[in-house]
Amino acid sequence: MTINEIYEQLKEEYGDSIIELIENPPCDSSIIVKAESIFDICHTLRDKPGFEFDYLMCLSGLDLGENLSAVYHLYSMKHSHKVVLKTIVPKDNPKIPSVEKIWRTADWHEREAYDLIGIIFEGHHNLIRILCPYDWEGYPLRKDYKEPEYYHEMKVPY
Amino acid sequence: MGLLNKLNQPYEAGGIILGTFEDILNWGRARSDWYLHFGLACCAIEFMAMNASHFDFMRFGTIPRATPRQADFIMITGTVTLKMAERIKKLWEQMAEPKYCISVGSCANCGGPYWEHGYHVLKGVDRIIPVHVYVPGCPPRPEAFQDGMIKLQKMIKEEAIFRKRKKLEEETKIELSA
Amino acid sequence: MGEKKRIELDYSKIESDRMRLNVGPQHPSTHGVLRLEVELDGEIVTEVVPHIGYLHRCFEKHAEKMTYPQVIPYIDRMDYVTSMNNELPYVMAIEKMLGIEVPEKVQYIRVIMCELNRIASHQIAVATFGLDAGAFTPFLYFFRDREYILAIFEKASGARLLFNYFWIGGLAADVHPTFKEDVLAIVKQVRKTNKEIEDLLIYNKIFIERTANVGILPPDVAINYACSGPVLRGSGVKFDLRKNEPYSIYDRFDFDIPVGMGEVGTVGDCWDRNIVRMREMEQSCRIIEQAIEQMPNEGDVQEKLPKKIKPPKGDIYMRAENPKGDLGFYIVSNGTDKPERVKARGTSFVNLSVLPEISKGYMFADLILILGSIDIVLGEVDR
Repeated sequence: MTINEIYEQLKEEYGDSIIELIENPPCDSSIIVKAESIFDICHTLRDKPGFEFDYLMCLSGLDLGENLSAVYHLYSMKHSHKVVLKTIVPKDNPKIPSVEKIWRTADWHEREAYDLIGIIFEGHHNLIRILCPYDWEGYPLRKDYKEPEYYHEMKVPY
Repeated sequence: MGLLNKLNQPYEAGGIILGTFEDILNWGRARSDWYLHFGLACCAIEFMAMNASHFDFMRFGTIPRATPRQADFIMITGTVTLKMAERIKKLWEQMAEPKYCISVGSCANCGGPYWEHGYHVLKGVDRIIPVHVYVPGCPPRPEAFQDGMIKLQKMIKEEAIFRKRKKLEEETKIELSA
Repeated sequence: MGEKKRIELDYSKIESDRMRLNVGPQHPSTHGVLRLEVELDGEIVTEVVPHIGYLHRCFEKHAEKMTYPQVIPYIDRMDYVTSMNNELPYVMAIEKMLGIEVPEKVQYIRVIMCELNRIASHQIAVATFGLDAGAFTPFLYFFRDREYILAIFEKASGARLLFNYFWIGGLAADVHPTFKEDVLAIVKQVRKTNKEIEDLLIYNKIFIERTANVGILPPDVAINYACSGPVLRGSGVKFDLRKNEPYSIYDRFDFDIPVGMGEVGTVGDCWDRNIVRMREMEQSCRIIEQAIEQMPNEGDVQEKLPKKIKPPKGDIYMRAENPKGDLGFYIVSNGTDKPERVKARGTSFVNLSVLPEISKGYMFADLILILGSIDIVLGEVDR
């Protein structure tokens, strides 16, 4: 199934929640969806015959300046097709429903996106920092991040 | 092998070794260093190669120990992150005197390639514990490890341990009284 | 060192028959700086909580601050035992964005180098897995052979471990004149050693007793956790990116995908994951032999490129089959010579997340074996 067909079918089922399809060869095409309905869309994509995206390849967080974004790369082992989903949320209220219950692998990916970018995944059972220490302050991969001068009395800059 | 041959003929051509007690002690100390291997990153893989058959690190009299209590020196091989730094300090404090530290690889020396934007990297392990020998390289070749080891042995051999001990005693006394 | 909090204990709530044990972050059998918080009921593991991040070297931050070619050395340092394979998806992604076709000879050298590095990586994996099980000799045998492979890399790139050899549009340098003969000699040696190891370790009764029926990973759980590489194939799922989605020139070679079949125990146990690695080495040898035969002698090893590499605006996700599984790079370009964002989907990061699931109910000593069979490299887990 090509990404256009997936887009058409999703548009039929979810209507306004599917915002647009971005095509930009040679780069990947992606479907932009509303953040609130990402859980339902992912659930459909995993379970509906024809889609069967049982493999979440990657979940990345992005800082777009004004907004934050989460990107989902899905793959189907059965049909060997893939799809890219994108959601965009404002920086002051970065809340996206968690897909951890659909693909268990999303657990660590979401924790990483929370740790480095600061996206809050609602419904995640254990959303704590994963790479940085538990008492770290700030989200390092945001563009406006400034590294701390000292951490536990150790100087951080060179 | 000159010395060993002479030991067979007592008194006539030698058989007695003269030297200060310190020298003999240091000679022994330099050749049986047990180490705590603190393998962190890429350098640890080179260190594994170093321990294997091609380079054979144990011929320097070194034995890897899993506990800091039994170690003479600590080998920091790899990038020290801020999350890890406190553990290294704790392990270093658990080691018995006299103790030494070899810092291996650019990352442990000064932050290496992560010096500029590494918000989570400690730029040099010498910011938290004293370092006696630096081995540069990213990662250093096994030959460089050997050179670092020889440098440490040389350092131990030339050390004035009794004076150092006296000094240490004085230092601890001050600490206790303070 | 921060403020110390006084811990209030409610003694009525303490379970006296469970013990929480801390393993790591510096422990000889954790393959690096992994910290495991283990809850034990006697000797039986009831819960495992991995704490990672002790080697978080801010790769993604560095990638944002560097130009595209400058990122490659940092990619080397992610999974430092399989540097060649790491570089491949990244350079392929940039080449796809720029629309560059790399020369034929480069493709062959890349494949040969990747497969050699796959062998080297699997050698370390099996060697350290043997160490975890208490067998020291295979370690020495494998590291002896690994030195020969590293010598080839050294002749090509000048480095033993971290190469910076695959460049965008080509290679850093051409291979040396006796490359083909040297590689074929290594293939012969690898086969010889693998036969020895099979007698010494793999079909050893003690080894089978310890690893069979331990840490069973069912295929549906493996897919749900997005496991890949030998961990996925050990569970009997025949999935290999080199076959299923051929990239580079892997469609030109004839090779098989070994999967775990539960020969001595259950499908998906530690022994199966290990045997997949052993058999993959043989398949890599086959690929190398075919590639050496087909490889052209003459040709350029570097495409002509503009001084500043500026891929068009957009994003791309490229993945390739690493020895540990599929490694993916999600690259967002903003049209300048520096990437907007490079997200690495660390293979070990994903594979490690399955550990709490598969280690419940086994002995504590088995936990070390299960961890060894997943074959993680902490540089890639933490990045």
